[in-house]
Amino acid sequence: MTREELPNLAESKLTALVVDDNFVNQSIHQKLLSRLGIQNDVVCNGKEAVDAHCSGRNYDLILMDMDMPIMNGTQATKRLREMGIESKIAGVTTRANEGEKKEFMEAGLNDFQEKPLTISKLLSILHKLDFYVQT
Amino acid sequence: MNTIVVAQLQRQFQDYMVSLYQQGYLDNQFTELRKLQDEGSPDFVAEVVSLFFDDCAKLINDMSISLERPDHVDFKQVDSGVHQLKGSSSSVGARRVKNVCIAFKECCDVQNREGCLRCLQQVDYEYKMLKTKLQDLFNLEQQILQAGGTIPQVDIN
Repeated sequence: MTREELPNLAESKLTALVVDDNFVNQSIHQKLLSRLGIQNDVVCNGKEAVDAHCSGRNYDLILMDMDMPIMNGTQATKRLREMGIESKIAGVTTRANEGEKKEFMEAGLNDFQEKPLTISKLLSILHKLDFYVQT
Repeated sequence: MNTIVVAQLQRQFQDYMVSLYQQGYLDNQFTELRKLQDEGSPDFVAEVVSLFFDDCAKLINDMSISLERPDHVDFKQVDSGVHQLKGSSSSVGARRVKNVCIAFKECCDVQNREGCLRCLQQVDYEYKMLKTKLQDLFNLEQQILQAGGTIPQVDIN
């Protein structure tokens, strides 16, 4: 897929939250989202993600890392669902044996992708969660 | 624009890039990173790898401290550091660094301090080597641009 063929979702005004404690991944995930025209914010752990929602912010999509300090992705996902947050949450992680993946999914994820994220994987997430727009 | 000079530089760039993949320094994830670079963020790749190298330095230092005392190694801390390093090296396509992290994790899992120390030394070497190689690559990019040329797309396959 060439750069010119990438869908631009700016008109749909989708918003996303990147939840990851690693600056390299934050930078890449934000860039991936921006490339598709998706406005996005970033926080460094699950607690900050929960706090952001408590302060009234809301997002269409949350890219949730699993391993984070203070509050990990599984805990944060559970908490957000308990709060009634209905955003689509996609778990993204490198560390996931089947048991950990199952636990993460059962916390309330809508989708799961292994890192590293690429444009193709992000498009797959968007497509699966019905955000995908035809070019 | 001296087209001959530009063509030579572009060829040098292509050959160097291919060699980095062939020698295992980089993998396809680096290609994915390059796809994200555009006119709006012409230094995106350099900025991300810079973050990665800063990450490497910090994590290696932290793990070194955790491994310092033979009688008091915090393997949980080391494992956490290795996990972080494996994650970020995977994200930028730093293949050799990532591979050392895989071996490093195995040493952590069995609490092999000597093995961990060897891996730490190796990961330190590999990230510094990659840093030098990528700096050379970015310098070639700058030379091409200063000569009035464009950075060629490189087909790794």
